[in-house]
Amino acid sequence: MSADLAKKNRFARFVKRLKRSKPDYFLISAFIGLTLLAVFMLLPLVFIVNHAFKPINELFMYPPRFLAEHPTLFNFRQLFLNAQKMSIPFSRYFFNSVFTTGVTVAAAVLISAMAAYAFSKHKFPGSSVFFGLIIISLMFAPEAVVIPRFILISELGIMNTYFSHIWPLVAMPVGVFLMRQFIDQIPNALIEAAKIDGAKEWKIFYRIVLPVCMPAVATVAILAFQMSWSQTETSNYYVQVESLKTLPYYVATLTGGLANGVVGQGIAAAASLMIFLPNLIIFLLFQRQVLMTMAHSGIK
Amino acid sequence: MVSMILKTAEDLQQPKTAGPLSRKPKWVSSLWKHRASYLFIAPFMISFIIFIVVPVLAAVILSFFSFDAVSRPRFNGWNNFLAILSQDRIFLQNAIPNTFKFAIIVGPGGYALSFFLAWLIHQLPKKIRDYFTLAIYAPSLAGGVAMVVVWVVLFSGDSVGYLNNLLLSFGIIDTPQLWLKDPRLFMNIMIVISLWSSMGVGFLAMLAGLQTINEEMLEAGSIDGISNRLQEIIYIIIPAIKPQMLFGAIMAVVGTLKAGMIGSILAQSTGQKITPQYSGHLIINHIDDFAFIRYEIGYAAALSVILLAIMYGASRFSIQLFGTKGDE
Repeated sequence: MSADLAKKNRFARFVKRLKRSKPDYFLISAFIGLTLLAVFMLLPLVFIVNHAFKPINELFMYPPRFLAEHPTLFNFRQLFLNAQKMSIPFSRYFFNSVFTTGVTVAAAVLISAMAAYAFSKHKFPGSSVFFGLIIISLMFAPEAVVIPRFILISELGIMNTYFSHIWPLVAMPVGVFLMRQFIDQIPNALIEAAKIDGAKEWKIFYRIVLPVCMPAVATVAILAFQMSWSQTETSNYYVQVESLKTLPYYVATLTGGLANGVVGQGIAAAASLMIFLPNLIIFLLFQRQVLMTMAHSGIK
Repeated sequence: MVSMILKTAEDLQQPKTAGPLSRKPKWVSSLWKHRASYLFIAPFMISFIIFIVVPVLAAVILSFFSFDAVSRPRFNGWNNFLAILSQDRIFLQNAIPNTFKFAIIVGPGGYALSFFLAWLIHQLPKKIRDYFTLAIYAPSLAGGVAMVVVWVVLFSGDSVGYLNNLLLSFGIIDTPQLWLKDPRLFMNIMIVISLWSSMGVGFLAMLAGLQTINEEMLEAGSIDGISNRLQEIIYIIIPAIKPQMLFGAIMAVVGTLKAGMIGSILAQSTGQKITPQYSGHLIINHIDDFAFIRYEIGYAAALSVILLAIMYGASRFSIQLFGTKGDE
């Protein structure tokens, strides 16, 4: 009798363990699947890093090798020298990009936060109409209306100035939207208390609202950076003066007709890497804040 | 509603504010009263109206004109639209079917993939989530368009091309494929590249949304008889993160449009003016073609209006799917 019971018990325990280990199987397969996928997703990025550091003879090598065997800075040196031979040095494109992106990010963050604060905490006539317009504009990509934008920019007289790299990008509906969702989380009591203490609107904005919504500020800054740093639209359409064009434009000239020149590949890879890396570094620094902001990104 | 309530509140206050201010029209004093709010939104609204609202309206207006960027625009009625829908063979035979094929796979496909991957990552222990998030999100940081040098080398048509070399050595193909010049293959490559870089902001939003679901809800669900993960996704997770999913859907619509540029960039980098036999020709390329090569700006504007209408329709559809009615 007792032996039978013990057997039953053991069986029950076995079943229990099986049941308990079931989710683990799922987790393990999820982990393996995701790891494989992650490696696959990262392959092109690993590839571009390697390609950028390959010496010429490895670029030509047959059969082609994925990894660089003798990494060199040759391509990067070529990138700088190559541009020096032309009328516009590489450093000029680089400066243009750094400057316009810097101003764009600062301006986009500031005006998005200001508008978002008013939309979130003030009640004024027209606010729902304006905000509705912003929501609708989330659904439109400005890329689809390049022509009217082009006409407008030439009418405004900011063609061939740094403004044409900055101003069109500063209007960032996603920025206002994300900021507002975040500012909505700030309790009204906090703002009321500041008002009672005699703080003016501007002071409330930069002493209370901005510090509290730093994660959203970081997120919008990153989005603005990504948008501005790697876009070629403004250089292609709104700027004809070579010395005012930006780095991504220069990279695009390197990659045009690329298939014909193997030497160009290494240089183009080096240039593309220089565009990609800042994006990656900035995201790495603020990953937590971005996810925190995105939790409030829902549209109701 | 809010503005109506405000207005009645102002009406009540009106007698109190005697003096010069009350003689002005009511809306002026109302504007003045809220001047701080308007100042706060002004910098954004001005840029927003100039660079987004006006261009969209201008595109709508231009679409009814014939305009070649040199002579004066001439009113044209519905002719642009009629021409697009009846005579433009490239639009009807290439751009429309291509756009739909591309948009349906990259849009909803990429979106479903984003959700699935976000959900999968969420199942993992917290410590390692960040690494996977980064790996999946990094391609969209790079962007398919910026990485063109990779695609050109990877999909190179001779046997030195990495993909050709790999497939040849495994014996999957016998002769090198002209990946970027073969019209049968071109669209597929566009789709693969776009899917690769489609896990962007929407993916992050859904991942972040998943982290806001509390465990108690899931436990309550399992007590109520939810037995597997699929049921859990359908009955608990999706309803809980609907708002983030809607945001993700709208970002997917816009992202798909932007990703569409990859075709013309791949073509240019291999020295072709257009995608091979229009195999990767999307509406957005058609717009560029008419606007910047043929200078038929009215016609191009009409095409952009059609594209905007499609995007708007897709977004409305997402709102139907994921919108939450009223306040929750």
